[in-house]
Amino acid sequence: MHARADAADTAPNWPDDIFATLQRFDVRQVPYVPDAGHSKLIQRVLDSSTMRGIPLTTEEEGVALLAGAWAGGQRGVLLMQSSGVGNCINMLSLIPILRFPFLTLVTMRGEWGEFNPWQVPMGSTTQGVFELSGVQVLRASSAAEVPAVLEAAASQAYNALTPTAVLLSQRLIGAKVFTK
Amino acid sequence: MSKANLLDRRQVVSTLLANRKDVVAIGGLGASTNDMCAAGDHARNFYLWGGMGGAAMIGLGLALAQPRLPVLVITGDGEMLMGLGSLATIGLQKPSNLSIAVLDNEAYGETGGQTSHTSVAADLVGVAKACGIADSRAVTTMAEVEAFAKAVHDISAGPRFANVKIDSASLERILPSRDGTYILNRIRGDLGFQPI
Repeated sequence: MHARADAADTAPNWPDDIFATLQRFDVRQVPYVPDAGHSKLIQRVLDSSTMRGIPLTTEEEGVALLAGAWAGGQRGVLLMQSSGVGNCINMLSLIPILRFPFLTLVTMRGEWGEFNPWQVPMGSTTQGVFELSGVQVLRASSAAEVPAVLEAAASQAYNALTPTAVLLSQRLIGAKVFTK
Repeated sequence: MSKANLLDRRQVVSTLLANRKDVVAIGGLGASTNDMCAAGDHARNFYLWGGMGGAAMIGLGLALAQPRLPVLVITGDGEMLMGLGSLATIGLQKPSNLSIAVLDNEAYGETGGQTSHTSVAADLVGVAKACGIADSRAVTTMAEVEAFAKAVHDISAGPRFANVKIDSASLERILPSRDGTYILNRIRGDLGFQPI
């Protein structure tokens, strides 16, 4: 069984802050590959009447989806975990070519007390992969800084068409642990 | 699959787009995007020159954003194979205004004609159906192409999928614009959206 080390007792509020920001920026399409760190936000999206949660089979689908959404006049945001970033690499080339607003929120694995070595290679290169692909990286490491980071990220992504990834650090979401 | 009676890709695409009215059309990387241009350039043509495997998902994003517009993805068997999972994603969302037509020559025509998985084993109609796209058709005649072209305009009965068996002739390239920003903003402009 899996549990979040420091998130088991109280549900965190920072996903609500993210949801509120996305709502304020009129985000309509929310493609995602599920991650435990995104579970509360995904539930808020699925319960929303203005946003459409769209489960993907692989993260690169979400990059292409957001291009189509923008062609049709809608903003979107891609939710994934760090291991999914590598799946996106070639599809990220659509972003500078088509110039559509790109915002992704990435829950980090492979850092800050990670127990699973298999998460570490991709977690260690997540930021580098984004930067090499022309996506600016912002990071939130504590619940207190989530609102300001999300505001900045959404603003530059949607108003200035600056491709932006927000890394939600494992320190924020809580390192995954095995319990028996 | 019988190799007899394979259809001409240009004739298929020009039939799909002949009475397009308000259709937004997405052309997958490869000859499909050229076929769309050969049928006549149009402000609502979304030509792809990259992002292999992404055509159907671009179609989904557009179809969800514009539920009253018919959206038609025209792509090749190789491009569709690279994005097979997107058929499952589309089968789950069930956008009733989205249609996908695969031009299946059972080969990677742009890279030397190497055979693709559909030549022997992969059944794209079966995959689409099994992913929840109930209206999935194996198309081998121009009459069936015409019927599909008509169905594209029924925005209440999709999603639908057609796998069209075409011949593997390599045709003169009719190249659309390669400027992605121009292509995308031209579509947005035609749909009434202002630049940012």
